Amino acid sequence: MSDIVLETRDLRKAFGGLVVFDRLNFTLARGERHAIIGPNGAGKSTFVSLVTGLLQPTAGEIVFNGKVVNGQTPQERVKAGLVRTFQINTLFASLNPLESVALALLEREGRAKPSLAKVARESALLDEAEALLAKFGLAGELLTPTNMLAYGMQRLLEVVMAFAMRPQVLLLDEPAAGLSTHQGHELFAQLATLTAGTTVLFIEHDMNLVFRYAERVSVFAAGGMVMQDIPEKVRGDARVREVYLGA
Amino acid sequence: MNTPTAYFEGLARWKPLEIVFWLVLVGLFFVPGVNLPLLSQIIIWGLFAMSLDLLLGYRGILTMGHAAFFGIGAYTAGYLGKFGWTEPISALFLAAAIAAAVGLLAGRLVRSLGGIALLMVTLGLNLILYDFVLRSTELTGGDDGLQGVVIGQVLGMFKFDLYGKTAYLYSLAVAFLMFLIARALVKSSFGLALLGARENIPRMIMLGAPVGKDVSAAFAIAAAMAGVAGALLTQTIQSVSPDALSFQRSADVLVILILGGTARLYGGFVGAFVFLFLRDWLAQLNPVYWYFWIGLLLVVVVAFFRKGIVPSLGVLFTRMQKKRGTDERTPNRAAL
Repeated sequence: MSDIVLETRDLRKAFGGLVVFDRLNFTLARGERHAIIGPNGAGKSTFVSLVTGLLQPTAGEIVFNGKVVNGQTPQERVKAGLVRTFQINTLFASLNPLESVALALLEREGRAKPSLAKVARESALLDEAEALLAKFGLAGELLTPTNMLAYGMQRLLEVVMAFAMRPQVLLLDEPAAGLSTHQGHELFAQLATLTAGTTVLFIEHDMNLVFRYAERVSVFAAGGMVMQDIPEKVRGDARVREVYLGA
Repeated sequence: MNTPTAYFEGLARWKPLEIVFWLVLVGLFFVPGVNLPLLSQIIIWGLFAMSLDLLLGYRGILTMGHAAFFGIGAYTAGYLGKFGWTEPISALFLAAAIAAAVGLLAGRLVRSLGGIALLMVTLGLNLILYDFVLRSTELTGGDDGLQGVVIGQVLGMFKFDLYGKTAYLYSLAVAFLMFLIARALVKSSFGLALLGARENIPRMIMLGAPVGKDVSAAFAIAAAMAGVAGALLTQTIQSVSPDALSFQRSADVLVILILGGTARLYGGFVGAFVFLFLRDWLAQLNPVYWYFWIGLLLVVVVAFFRKGIVPSLGVLFTRMQKKRGTDERTPNRAAL
């Protein structure tokens, strides 16, 4: 693998006596679409939280762009390009999508425009917000309060909020959670086009989606990572079958 | 028409009702026989409640100790007046600065807390300060408060008179200036970030926002404004007592804000009108049981107009506009 954007070295996370995983050596290549699969409790979401700094590892290193980022706050990692979405909608319920995305862009730009009257005159920023929302099919809902949006649209907004930060690595924690199989496929088809050019790491349970959209797959099981390879190899691997079928 | 531009312009624009509101307050001064001392109290309580709104309404921080900052401002102005610094406006600045410094520290202390813990810590800090002031009799006059507070003329021209004319106009002018600052603040990127953190802290973190620093800043600003309100009280009644920072005051300001409605800036002022007029009127009817009626009012308002007076009126107003067909799908959220 030529260009590794994110890797972990002997990463360990334990909550008290419960070891989620140990000696986890994970690599993510720049530009790839990478899936993490594994049964419940395998530590997939915990892994994403460790990488983004919302949780601290018990031991080991997290390396982003060749630099150890263990000591960095989540905010610093966001500014450096590591951004995640959440399995459960993590949105601004009473703000509308326009305000939400404008807020995201204002934060990205370090609140360069102090007053909202000035924001109103900042056409580049507002155009970007509008374009982003339009790209994800939310053009008709700019001013609908977020808690009034259809659930599927909220899932999309969740991705827009992360995407607005211009991430180098976008970590999607079960983006299709709560959607029907059909909606899930639609969402992934959209994501595949929209995030072209961005390195994407996603957690997903639906194997059809995983094998269709992932270029590489990491299999997590209790205690660590079982394997990391291309979908074809993962599909045929005996260890993976064991993890899933308990055979 | 560029919709996003129009939308943000709309958020920043002064609404006609806002202008009417301040004109009415000026107009009240000219009404013959009006109770100006009571109106001054209302303005001061309104300003105090507005400062709490910055924390509670816009950032979702429920604090039970806001009177501490009010008291710090009140005692600052009191000490200055007692020890010969009689110029009132510079005293306001000093009161604001000291309250802001304490607010910054308090914010630093509580910014990682939430819910019950936050409630208890803010309450605890308030009680500690109150007890300290009450017991340090030699320093603070204890229960009697500071004696011999002298306040000079406003701008060297307007003497605080017996009828409370200067007191009212002075309080109103200061409250209006503070309101302008608060308004500019909530209608800014910083204000939007506060709302965002009120709604969802993990998301704000994933936007790279300095969530903790924002809390400290909000506390400092809210404390400064509460301090100004406290200083105004000292200056207009020319005395200060430990009531200024009692827990009762922290509770009352919360009641006023919730009655009037949060995240509206005007909620505090409207709540203060209702609360103090009722208190004045009920105390005349029956000086002992007036809190019964305030309690009942609170229950009724919270049960039937869940969001308080100003937001409920806002909903009513929007409905009326819709009936007239003038509504152009403007969401009824004066939150910004």
